[in-house]
Amino acid sequence: MLNAAIMAAEEGSNPLIPNLWELLVTVVGFAVLLFIVIKYVMPAFEKTFAERTEAIEGGIAKAEAAQAEANAALDEYKQQLTEARTEANRIREEARAEGAQILADLKAKAAAESARITEQAQVQIDAERQTALVSLRAEVGTLATDLASRIVGESLADDDRSSRVVDRFLSDLETSSQSAGAIR
Amino acid sequence: MIALALPATTTEEGFIAPTIEDTHYPNIFPWGGEYGVLLEPGFGKQMLLMILSVVLIATFFLIASRRNQLVPGKLQFLGESAYGFVRNSIGKDIIGGRDFLKYVPWLFTVFFFVLVNNIFGAIPLLQVPTFSHPGSAYAIAAIFFVLWVGIGLKKHGLRYLKLAVVPAGVPWPILIIVVPIEIISNFIVRPVTHSLRLFATMLAGHLIVTLAGSAIAYMVGTGSILLQGTSVLVLIGFVAMYMLEALIMVLQAYVFTLLAAIYIEGALHADAH
Repeated sequence: MLNAAIMAAEEGSNPLIPNLWELLVTVVGFAVLLFIVIKYVMPAFEKTFAERTEAIEGGIAKAEAAQAEANAALDEYKQQLTEARTEANRIREEARAEGAQILADLKAKAAAESARITEQAQVQIDAERQTALVSLRAEVGTLATDLASRIVGESLADDDRSSRVVDRFLSDLETSSQSAGAIR
Repeated sequence: MIALALPATTTEEGFIAPTIEDTHYPNIFPWGGEYGVLLEPGFGKQMLLMILSVVLIATFFLIASRRNQLVPGKLQFLGESAYGFVRNSIGKDIIGGRDFLKYVPWLFTVFFFVLVNNIFGAIPLLQVPTFSHPGSAYAIAAIFFVLWVGIGLKKHGLRYLKLAVVPAGVPWPILIIVVPIEIISNFIVRPVTHSLRLFATMLAGHLIVTLAGSAIAYMVGTGSILLQGTSVLVLIGFVAMYMLEALIMVLQAYVFTLLAAIYIEGALHADAH
């Protein structure tokens, strides 16, 4: 080594001449490092990169899906709201119409009822008048004969008398009808 | 470096600038390899640092990528950022297409291999950029030369050699001049510059640091008040150069990787150029 050093120094060693052992160590060192990088380091990093990319893209896709879903739900709600409003309006209109209908029906019914009541009253009145007529007709003959016999029993010439008889008869009649009314 | 420089300055009269030999450390084992000698067997500090860099890079990235979680921790984030930088800023942007991933491990490995080995030059006690030794720079450039020529041949077959040296749409009289230029440029100048660029910048930076250090040691050691005072200026310049050197270390790792990516891309799409 010493000899070589001296020789080198004597020759003024050329800095461009390499030492082959250094060359060898460099090549082997690089090869070892390259092997480690290819075998372990690079796959690990690439795997992480790929996973990260996937995670981010997956997240974005998921968010987009959620957004789309939310939009769809919003649209649906809006449509439902519109439908509900239309429905409510329709129902209100219907109710109004129905109310009017009911009112009209009631009015008609009331009118009919009142007409029926009036008619019934009329019928009753007629019936009672008929009864009164019948009973009057029955009694008028008797009353007339009764009165006539009394007038005849008394003196028909005396006007005062006859008028008194008539009055008495009438008052009798009144009391008898009153008592008859009481009995009835 | 100061310890190395001192013998040179004490045995001779006046200041003797450290030579390139002085920028290298004694071998760790007695049968150490010699700088500038082709076949001297040995194991030196430079080789140790090379192995250390492999261990450091492998350990860091193995730990950083071990527990891969969707939400990364600090270490995983650091590892992912480093990997993602090479993968996207260099691999994807330069090579592009669908198959850039195939070459990302090469770019990733070489970037951190060169980066860490360069940074060694800025770390006290380690203090030698590994690629300031030409052997390592040649080796790493040769690996990529073989890689991109191989990619070209695999992709285009033997036609690749024609595609690489004969530009399309050039009239034939000019081709007589252009083809030799292209051959020299693509297959000789490219790999040589690829390695020498890295080697030369690292060696130059290392030399400057060594020079400044030994100069300070010499000036302080003279006992002259004037020289001792002046050494402060050297120190300021030294620190500035040190910072510049640190920047260049990172930059060269990037440039080396970027050029490797450009060469690979050129080989892949030789028919499009």
